[in-house]
Amino acid sequence: MLGAGGSTSSYQEAEETDVVLLWGSNAREAHPIWFHHLLKGIRNGTRLYVVDPRRTSSAQWADVWLGLHVGADVALANTMAREIIHAGLAHESFIANATSGFDAYRACVEPYTLEHGAQLTGIPAEVIREAAHAYAKADKAMICWTLGITEHHNAVDNVLALINLALLTGHVGRYGCGVNPLRGQNNVQGGGDMGALPNRLPGFQDIRDDEARAKYEARWGVRIQPTYGWNLTEMLMAMDREEMTSLLVVGENPAQSDADAHHVEKVLRKLDHLVVQEIFLTKTAQLAHVVLPATASWCEAEGTVTNSERRVQRVRKAVEPPEGARDELWILSELAKRLGHDWGKPSAEDVWNEVRELSPKLFGMSYERLEKLGGLQWPCRTLDDPGSLFLHARLWEVPAQGRLAPFSVVEHAGPVEMPDADYPFLLTTGRRLESYNTGVQSGGYDSPLHRGESVDISPEDAAMLGVQHGDLLTITSRRGTVDAPAHIDRGLRAGVVFMTLHFPDDVATNLLTIDIADPKSGTAEFKACAVKLEPARVRGLARGTTNVLATAGTD
Amino acid sequence: MDIRLRDAPPTTEEREAVDALLGAPVSAWEGAARGSAFDAHVSYVGGAASRARRHLLLPALQALQLRAGWISEGGLNYACERLNVPPADAWGVATFYGLLATAPRPKRVLHVCDDIGCRLRGARELCAALEKSHGAAIDHQPAGDHVELPDQAWMKSPCLGMCDVAPAALMVEAAEEPLELLRGDVTHAHAALMLAGKYEMLPLAPLRTTPTVGRPLLLQRIAKGTDPESLEAYTGESGFLALRKALEIGPPAVRAEVTAAKLLGRGGAAFPTGRKWDAVASQPETTRYLICNADESEPGTFKDRELLANDPFAVIEGMTIAAFATGCTHGFLYLRGEYPLASLRMSSALRQARAANLLGNDILGHGWSFDIELRRGSGAYICGEETAIFNSIEGYRGEPRNKPPFPFQAGLFGKPTLVNNVETLANVMPILLMGGAEYAKLGTPDSTGTRLFCLSGTVQRPGVYEVECGTSLRALIEMAGGVPEGRTLEAVLLGGAAGAFIRGDEIDIPLSFEGARAAKATLGSGVIMLFDDRASVTDAVLRIAGFFRDESCGQCVPCRVGTVRQEESLHRLARGVPRGGVQAEVALLNDVGLAMRDASICGLGQTAYSAVETAIHRLGLFHEAHS
Amino acid sequence: MTGIAPHAGQVLSPLVRLERAGKRREVPMVECSIDGRAVRVEEGTTILAACRSLDVPEIPTLCFAETLRPVNVCRVCMVEVEGARVLVPSCSRPVEQGMVIHTRSERVMSARRMVLEFLASSVDLSTTPKAAEWIAEYEAEPARYGPPMPASDERDLALTGHHHEPSVEYAATVQQPVKVDNDLYVRDYAKCILCYKCVEACGPDHQNTFAIAIAGRGFDARVSTEFATPLPDSACVYCGNCIAVCPTGALMSKQEWDMRQAGAWKESEQSVTDTICPYCGVGCTLSLHVQDNQIVKATSPMENSVTMGNLCIKGRFGWRFVQPRKEPSS
Repeated sequence: MLGAGGSTSSYQEAEETDVVLLWGSNAREAHPIWFHHLLKGIRNGTRLYVVDPRRTSSAQWADVWLGLHVGADVALANTMAREIIHAGLAHESFIANATSGFDAYRACVEPYTLEHGAQLTGIPAEVIREAAHAYAKADKAMICWTLGITEHHNAVDNVLALINLALLTGHVGRYGCGVNPLRGQNNVQGGGDMGALPNRLPGFQDIRDDEARAKYEARWGVRIQPTYGWNLTEMLMAMDREEMTSLLVVGENPAQSDADAHHVEKVLRKLDHLVVQEIFLTKTAQLAHVVLPATASWCEAEGTVTNSERRVQRVRKAVEPPEGARDELWILSELAKRLGHDWGKPSAEDVWNEVRELSPKLFGMSYERLEKLGGLQWPCRTLDDPGSLFLHARLWEVPAQGRLAPFSVVEHAGPVEMPDADYPFLLTTGRRLESYNTGVQSGGYDSPLHRGESVDISPEDAAMLGVQHGDLLTITSRRGTVDAPAHIDRGLRAGVVFMTLHFPDDVATNLLTIDIADPKSGTAEFKACAVKLEPARVRGLARGTTNVLATAGTD
Repeated sequence: MDIRLRDAPPTTEEREAVDALLGAPVSAWEGAARGSAFDAHVSYVGGAASRARRHLLLPALQALQLRAGWISEGGLNYACERLNVPPADAWGVATFYGLLATAPRPKRVLHVCDDIGCRLRGARELCAALEKSHGAAIDHQPAGDHVELPDQAWMKSPCLGMCDVAPAALMVEAAEEPLELLRGDVTHAHAALMLAGKYEMLPLAPLRTTPTVGRPLLLQRIAKGTDPESLEAYTGESGFLALRKALEIGPPAVRAEVTAAKLLGRGGAAFPTGRKWDAVASQPETTRYLICNADESEPGTFKDRELLANDPFAVIEGMTIAAFATGCTHGFLYLRGEYPLASLRMSSALRQARAANLLGNDILGHGWSFDIELRRGSGAYICGEETAIFNSIEGYRGEPRNKPPFPFQAGLFGKPTLVNNVETLANVMPILLMGGAEYAKLGTPDSTGTRLFCLSGTVQRPGVYEVECGTSLRALIEMAGGVPEGRTLEAVLLGGAAGAFIRGDEIDIPLSFEGARAAKATLGSGVIMLFDDRASVTDAVLRIAGFFRDESCGQCVPCRVGTVRQEESLHRLARGVPRGGVQAEVALLNDVGLAMRDASICGLGQTAYSAVETAIHRLGLFHEAHS
Repeated sequence: MTGIAPHAGQVLSPLVRLERAGKRREVPMVECSIDGRAVRVEEGTTILAACRSLDVPEIPTLCFAETLRPVNVCRVCMVEVEGARVLVPSCSRPVEQGMVIHTRSERVMSARRMVLEFLASSVDLSTTPKAAEWIAEYEAEPARYGPPMPASDERDLALTGHHHEPSVEYAATVQQPVKVDNDLYVRDYAKCILCYKCVEACGPDHQNTFAIAIAGRGFDARVSTEFATPLPDSACVYCGNCIAVCPTGALMSKQEWDMRQAGAWKESEQSVTDTICPYCGVGCTLSLHVQDNQIVKATSPMENSVTMGNLCIKGRFGWRFVQPRKEPSS
């Protein structure tokens, strides 16, 4: 965060901080072991504020649960900010020393009075006030979030609104303070760090940075285009325009994991050439012209991943892959060879050493040190650098070192699709503890917790619809229709329903979701769309069920 | 906390019982009806504030028990929802206590004492008669899911603290207005009336006069028959003069008097009270707790019952002075669950004291505030252990804690805590009124003051006796009339189940801590139980072993398994089927006993072999079989 | 009034304990004597840790784990401290200045022998590592209490406060039928020594799910869900962190249990490889136990700063997609 592209804090800081704002994250189920660290904090006296439309299992640990309207995150953050400023709780010396753009920010949040914020968020003014004061007055406070912040059409604005709060109160750059996105997927952090983003080089270096680019061009012997590439949503649009005609998919299942699945499948079918590198014959792989069977990289190959606290960790080969599956490095090297580049037969360590050589903040992390120290947290610049517990201590030096941290002007903009007379419910999506994404991996074990897909509804809505626990409901959005059994969840309020993406072969939830993405991040608004619910007419025959026989889809 | 409750709703009466204790729920997230706009967007339930209510769990379970007769899943769930406690955790607590039923049980249950004191005075015969007339005592879960419960049942109980009026029984009838009735001198006819719910037909409890000798310090009001329910009567008998003096002279001076008095704790461990008070007073942490340990459960002990039921204001005054002297901000009176009259009298006395500004804010205008909360046990001897009492009050299983840290460092809720026995606190008033040095002249140089002794068993005049420390045991037994005419004194159990047997010819022991120690015995909690030539020491030893097996909390291996092995071994000896002969069996018993003594966490396990050991090695029990 | 769990002692990640950024301070040293040797350790060091830093003969432990608050209930690690009335548990007792400690005195050896006798005569220790070795070393004779009482399915129903006459023929045991009520793990409480570790791990020390607690009292004390309900009806989230800390094999993954039943569990042939869990982004280290090119178990190292040995259901059990699971018989 703040230009660094990773959580600023370490897990252990959650054990010793005073206040945690857990925002748009059901970490109790989605990040259970991170939540352990938070629980230690709670046992040590940390006060927890959970911001989530649902009273989730995480929210049940909160000192205060703030159940805002879906998509009202900026409104809440800005209201808290205004209250902090007006109560004289802003950290003025930090703002003066380390930040830029405060005046514009102050002007921007000024209209967000407690009363206005209460209207926009649904949370009573005094509760917003209390949360604002608790966060601002704490000696140490952290904000942690997950997809409840980022799976919105204004995802980046949401994130910036939270960073603003941290800058306003000086809750960043010190032990126990920070702004932390909890990474949803294994190595989503590492993927970004390695430059698997349309705008970054390995080491999270900006592709438009001439110096960085020159370094890579020299090392690789190729020219790198100095402009940002397409993100996933833009790629899908380009495919739809038939501007993009070939696609290599590595370990991802967009046909099921992306919003508005009907549309995704349609554009994938338009491609001239679709190559899918996978461990399973996923829904996406079934659409492919060529499938490259790969190893499960986390246990059938060597390499590294990076976790949510910027810790680079070794993965190791524990079992031999099934016959015919090839190491991903081998596949990529062979692809390169066929495209005219001979990379030889690099080992995972060779590749890593190249990354280190070109990314100063990773240089200190030799395989030997990673082995010995159980991973290292970047930045780690030299071979005796112990790694970094937290980022941005530079902001506390006087004067602050490096670029000042900028406040951002962000305004509330609710979900693109709000409930109306035709589609009166707001559908939001998320995860359950025992399952994961589209279920490719988590479908593989028998769990007493697996209960298949359901549509979770409030007791009030269940009563209104006259449905009992387990009754089949038809859920319809402007894009599609699926059937799912009702699951009555006391943590939901009337008007909000919840589903997951875990069982796409049974219930293709993404037929319902809206393919409107944040222009800056490319993430679609999985967290909000309007639906209607009706008791299913044909019992036992679920609509939206696909006829695929594959094991599952991938992520 | 994220709490998962199974679908088992409470009955109306269960809900009412819990709400009567906790007040009606405010939020839908703690059991109120859904529907408020506030609850749809905000919850304050589940965080630190909720966890801080955990200490109300045992009272909530007690409320359920006294209303429904047992703790059903629906009832437990509701208590859990109200207090944010996971159900398995609450289950662990509920199943810890003997007075809480975790399986269906009739609403009217008679607990018939079957312990050593009552057995010496007809308890076995009473139980046998009840078995004939009312069927077997309940001791198992009823089989099957849907059980037709009878209206009433009886069960055997460990010592009820009524050995002076043995045999005794405790009637508990769960209802909106529950009834608890502890009776002594129980005949089969009385028991039958109670089981039929015909309490009004019971004869009045026989009036007893507390035997007194000389000029008592602690029993003076009781001896005079001062009305225990009247604050005026108490103040009329120099009540609260000591508190006024304490407020005048200030905490250090009060502690100095107690130290000068050389008062030793009367709960059994005989720790110097002044040193304990100084240790608490010197803690940097200023939130400190006082606990009056009124969980008197040592078989044969009933002295505190007398003070609590018949001189309740003295307990309050003693606690208040102790709190003042040590800077405690809040007091708990932890009263054993089997003492309903004491509970009633203490509650009433606390109300009156509050109304008279003897408790509460700005006590007697001295700018100092203190109050006392009454907590009741639920049938667990171990909760009288000074750290188990913390866990019990906090709403956890009453398991002793590891020491260090000691209570004065980190006790109740992790804060410095002073734990004193009822009788210890009752000594504080005479000490302040006569002066510590003057008090120290009573008794012996090392055991000052007077002590309360509980005489029971085959003795002519059982009761609580107050004598100066150092009085000889023989003299005291004579005061109590000795054994009945024509009988001979064979043995005396000193100090209770955790104490020691001595022979009938060893009674020339001075009743002082040092005197008892020299005689390799202990005064413990002041139990003096007489066994004449018709009484069965073997039966008492088996019962003592059974008592420890039942009352072990089960936490540590030496005590959990050792108490079982000890009981098994004693039964083999008693039935004449020792493993590998008497000598091997006695050696095995000794190994078990020493391991319990050396390796158990707390005093229960450490003393579980004492009485058994003395019975075998001092009285020569099983000795004839030796040769 | 503030409520603090009796478990108020902080349990922090090892890394926090070591690094506590910005709070480094000089820890005072204390001196003691262990079996006649002078030792200097940091204040707060337990006797056990002090002993383990020396090459004194091994002090056995069962209920102790680095990652759990010590409950010192098993009493097998007792040592003698001169001047103390009773033996002290080395796992929890901090060294004090001037302590004179004996780890092999007669009292110590006798107490350990008796604790082992108590356990071995009442509990099935067949899958407790080292139990047989210790029983031999301390010359414990569990058989002298009589033949073990056969299994009873009534332990879960025991009511507190009711006395039952003991048998004069059999030695009481905790023998009872194994609980197999779900696909992921098995509870064989006939092997349970009541070390409290699973309850601590499920409860306040790590997972905070509180699906299980100690219920009942005395010898009837047992690990139980509320009303002894089967696990699938309980609050259990199948993280298996209880299995991870169980010292006796009473808790075991269903797969391991099945393989052991079939005689197919071959620990000596297993390799253990550390890698990272493939699910969420927390990055938990998974130690994959592989037998015959099949993953047969996943654990996490206790000293790992991310996990402290803990995993969630996905890490503990969710790896079976990698290779189709083999039936233990095959």
